[in-house]
This record gives sequence, structure tokens and C-alpha cells, in this order.
Amino acid sequence: MSIIVGEDTKLVISGLTGREGTFHGLRNRDYGTDVVAGVTPKKGGQDVEGIPIFDTIAEAVDERGANTSMIFVPARFAASAIDEAIDAGVDTVIAITEGIPVHDMLHTYWKAKDAGVRLIGPNCPGVLSPGKSNVGIIPAQFFDPGRIGVVSKSGTLTYQIGNELKQAGEGNSSIVGIGGDPIVGSDFIDILNLFQEDDDTELIVMVGEIGGDAEERAADFIAENVTKPVVAYIAGFTAPPGKQMGHAGAIISGSSGTAEAKKEALEAKGVRVGKSPTEAAQLAVETIGARA
Amino acid sequence: MDLLEYQGKQLFAAHGVPVPEGMPADTVEKAVEAAEGIGYPCVIKAQVQIGGRGKAGGIKVAENRAQAEEHANAILGMDIRGPRGEGPFTVKEVWVEGASEIDSEYYASIILDRSAKKLMTMLSTMGGMNVEEIAEKDPDALVKRHVEPHDGFDAKAGEQLATDAGVDEDVRRPTAELLAKLYDAFNESDATLIEINPLVVTKDKDVIALDSKVTIDNNALYRHEDLADLEESFIEDPQERLAKERGLTYVKLEGNIGILGNGAGLCMSTLDVVAQAGGDPANFLDAGGGSKADAIVDALEVITSDEKVVAILFNIFGGITRCDEIAKGIIEASQRIEIKVPLVVRLDGTNSEEGLGLLADADLPNLHVEKTMLGGAEKVVEIAKTEAKA
Repeated sequence: MSIIVGEDTKLVISGLTGREGTFHGLRNRDYGTDVVAGVTPKKGGQDVEGIPIFDTIAEAVDERGANTSMIFVPARFAASAIDEAIDAGVDTVIAITEGIPVHDMLHTYWKAKDAGVRLIGPNCPGVLSPGKSNVGIIPAQFFDPGRIGVVSKSGTLTYQIGNELKQAGEGNSSIVGIGGDPIVGSDFIDILNLFQEDDDTELIVMVGEIGGDAEERAADFIAENVTKPVVAYIAGFTAPPGKQMGHAGAIISGSSGTAEAKKEALEAKGVRVGKSPTEAAQLAVETIGARA
Repeated sequence: MDLLEYQGKQLFAAHGVPVPEGMPADTVEKAVEAAEGIGYPCVIKAQVQIGGRGKAGGIKVAENRAQAEEHANAILGMDIRGPRGEGPFTVKEVWVEGASEIDSEYYASIILDRSAKKLMTMLSTMGGMNVEEIAEKDPDALVKRHVEPHDGFDAKAGEQLATDAGVDEDVRRPTAELLAKLYDAFNESDATLIEINPLVVTKDKDVIALDSKVTIDNNALYRHEDLADLEESFIEDPQERLAKERGLTYVKLEGNIGILGNGAGLCMSTLDVVAQAGGDPANFLDAGGGSKADAIVDALEVITSDEKVVAILFNIFGGITRCDEIAKGIIEASQRIEIKVPLVVRLDGTNSEEGLGLLADADLPNLHVEKTMLGGAEKVVEIAKTEAKA
């Protein structure tokens, strides 16, 4: 097993004909992901290296049986592309696009919720289930199949940790980038819940950063609902208040959203928090080793 | 992006939210002229993107022309730090407005509640102090209501909020109408926060916004040309300005170790491990995913233009970014610009061997290669300490 994407994933990519969309879409296919269609308005009937292009996501669902949508379109059109995917009836939407206005996402978040569609992102690297399917921009070479689930707000930080796990001989069930925006479709809690239910996942690594209170809420959720060990890392201890550190959501507002508060909340619930990505990976390996 | 108080008030006024009459001024002469036009008493208020202006001496009442001149003189050019050490912000503009006869002070705000994924309205009759203080002093005095996604917020909802907050009956209606207009302003301007503190009831029972705090979503500026124009004016720091021109994500910090990483999370993490190693980062710079050589040249130019920087750490974990491109960028930068400070480079991930090979062949002076992120952090801190003594 794995979560969110796997052997059953049939992927339709909105924005496949763009430069980035083509690059990553073909990489996903090379990895073994079943990429069944691309969507670009007015380009229906064309193809990208054999992947058929449709005008709408609905056509891709009807004709190619797509059940998962990846959004790779520019920020100002991305929310309506997600809306289109929801209306087309896919189960899962993974939105890679960075820079979507938060008011647009507020609307789209509830549309997905009401329709019962799982939305991952936006502004995220996607989801990789090693050995099965890769949807997004996560470089698969740093991740082997295995028993550690990873959920993260950050891309490169996840690659760094994944690589250290790999060098220590550990692999991953799934790696989920939830994104660094203020409003994301799935929070830590949603993904922790999926990993808790997933038979292949024995330990969960959670990578957070400053801003919001998703980590604090995750700490409470872990105490109540997660029996598998969780190891965490939080970035942004040296971030000054009021400054946006790259990600739109990575900002300390007033006294809330600090890395220190997140670390304390997690540790109070028994989650071990690494001081560096390296230490977090070591803690994960140590913890899982002790269980084996 | 945080608007200045008067820009927020102009936004309010455009949506029918009552505000006192006022004028912005960027010189003492203009401030005096504005005061003469408005009449006395009037208030001269420093315009900076930070709270706590009053305590810092940035808000003064003038009873006559001489006082207006004296206060404008004192406030224009002063440096103000925020209550949590933000800034300093230099006052380049003041806002001169007629003094209001205040009967009572309320607090009103609309925020984006990230946890609930809903907008939240807040109202309290205990204005003047900050929202944390209200919540601490008397949690019941702060009424919070989520706006349900399909409902919106109109004057009727405003009236309910005002009633729940214990607003006097004779001003409930104008308060409700103001809140409804504020909600429209919030949505139409792509705001993520609007706060009025204090929202005042005057002796004549008018309800007006005496202050404004407005944050606009930067990602939505493309659909607000007027607000987008303001963005430029807020970037004062020369490095931040240069970085923006070059399309880099840069935040100035106060230390002496320049930092370049790829990806926001890794970059934040790099700052943390440098601090843990006893160093003091000079900046956050995310070169972004898929960084090419040109971006690296730009990044080095921005970092080295900050004279405080005595050493630089490159922390790259190549995913989509290829380490050989980063190495080419470093080599090219060393040919195009003079890099006077030592560089510590950690390259790992995609094409790291090729990248390290290129760096070894180029044999640049003053370049140290480290294998790990922690090793890189320790090395750059050690070098910075030596350089700082020299």
C-alpha cells in the first residue's frame, strides 16, 4: 500500500503542453506513473510524446478514465483549473502551481470539501509513492520503497531528509508535499490520518515550518489518534517576525506561528523533534530500528 | 504587503467606510499646510508599516501652527521599531488628520483564519489596546464569528455581531453597516487582514475608523494595479530592491554570514543550523527550484552588495536544480564580479559529482567545499569569526 497515489493512479495533467508541464509530466511517466491525458484548452487532439491532449478535464475523465488530476497551469488560472477538475469528477487533485491568490483558494478549498475530492497543495512538490507512482516534481532518485511515510510543507528539505534516510538504508511508503501556502487542501492532520491507516507505513516523518498553527493542531491529533511513532523537523527558528520567508504561508504574525511554539507543542505530545534535517533523519532511523 | 495607515484609510473611504478627513505629507512644509487646511486640534501620525507608533512618539496632537511644525519636524525622519523588534522603519511620510472627539473606542477586525479555512470577524467594545491584551483581560469581551463560506457577511450579520459584542443600541446600526462595508473592502481588495483599532464612536455618535491595518495578498496584486504600484515604495533596503529586480526571494537579516539555499524550507533550515553553530545569518535567499547559472550570479551580486557580509554559505540540495549548473554559476560569478569574501559550498543531490568536479578544476581562491549541511555551517561560522576579527 501507499497513500494518495499508487498503482491505480490514472493521471490527467492540466498544463502538460507548457515547458515545465512537459518536463515533469514526462518524468512522471518515465517513472511509471500512468499518465493518461493532458489538458490544454484549444489544443485538444494534439499529443505530447504520445500522451493525448484534450480541451477539458471532463473529456479526459470520460475517454481515458483519469481519476487523479495534476495542476501545472499559471497561478492566475490555477484555481479555476482545480475547480474544473473537481467538477469533472476525479478523486484527487494535486496542485503544484505556486502563487495562487488566497481568496481564490478559499473558494476552491470548500468546493473540493463539498464534493469530497482530496486536494493536495497548491504550491507543493506533489506526491511520490516509491516504486509505484510519482505525481509532481519530487526527484524520485532520493527515495526507495520502504516503511517511512513523509509529510512536508517544503520540497528541498524533504529531498534532503529522504536522501539521508536512503543512505541509512531506509525507504518510504509515500512522500507527501502539502505545500507552503496559507490555505492548502490537505493539512498535516489529513495526511497523518492516512499514514496511520496505511499498512505499509511504520513511522511518520513530519516536516513543518513557521506560520499558521497546522503543526500545533497536528500535535494534538497525534496524541489522540496516531499510534505509530512520529518524528518531526521544524524550519525557521531564526526567522524574524513579519517577514515572509519564501513560502506565502511562512510568516510569523505577531507572536503566533513561531518554530519554537511548534517544537514545544510537538514535544509536549511525545513527538521527537530533530534540531537539523540530519538529526531528524537519524531520529527516524533510530526509532524504527528500535522497533524492528 | 502591509499598507500604511493612510493608504488603508483611503481604501476604506473608497468602500464607504467612514474615516476622519486627512492629508498625507512628506515634508514639514506640506504637513503644516495640511494642518492649516484641516484646522486645530489635529493629529500628526507617523506612517510606517508597524504598530506601536504612539509609544515610540510617532503620534502627536498639534493645537496650533507652531506645534504642527514642531511635531512634523520631530516625526519625519525618525526611526521606529515594532513592539517585537521589527524594523527599524524610517518615517518618510506623516498623515495629518482632524482630531476626533471620542466617546468610546472599539476594536474591529476581519482575518483569514488559516486553521478553519474561513474568514473571521472580530468585534470588541474594549478598543485601544491590542487584541491579545483584550483576549487576556476579558476573553468574553472579544466576540469572534466565522463567516460561513456560502453565507457571506452583510449588515444584518454585522448587527448580530454588534449586539453580541455589547455595542450600545444607538450605534449598533452604523457599526453594522461599517462592518459590512469593511467586509466588501476585504474581499474586493484581496486582503488577508483588516484591523481597525480603535474604531471610535464620536461625541456626535458617528462611528469612524480612527486607525487602519491592512494586509493585501501579494499573489493577488496582479488584479489590483493601484495597490501593486505601492509595493515598490515599500522596499527600502538596497539589497531587497536589487533582489526584487532580479526576481530573487531575499530577506535581509542582521548578521554577517551570507546565505544562499534552494527552496524556502531548506533555506530557512540553513539559517537555523548556522545560528546553532554560533553564527549570525545576514540574509535569507532562496535561489528557487531549477536554478540556473544566471540566477547564481545574480544571487551572489545581491549577497555581496551587503557590506556586513564577511563569508557566504551555499547550501544546495539538487532535486530539479542541478548542482553542475550551480557550480557553473559560481565560476561565472567569480569571473564577472569581484567576490571579496570566502565562500563555503555544499553541493549534494542531482549532479553533485559533476558540480564538485567543476569547482575542483576551477580551483577558485577562497572557496571551501564541505560535504554536509552541518559541516558547511560550522565551516562558514569558523571563517566568519576569523574574518570579523581581522
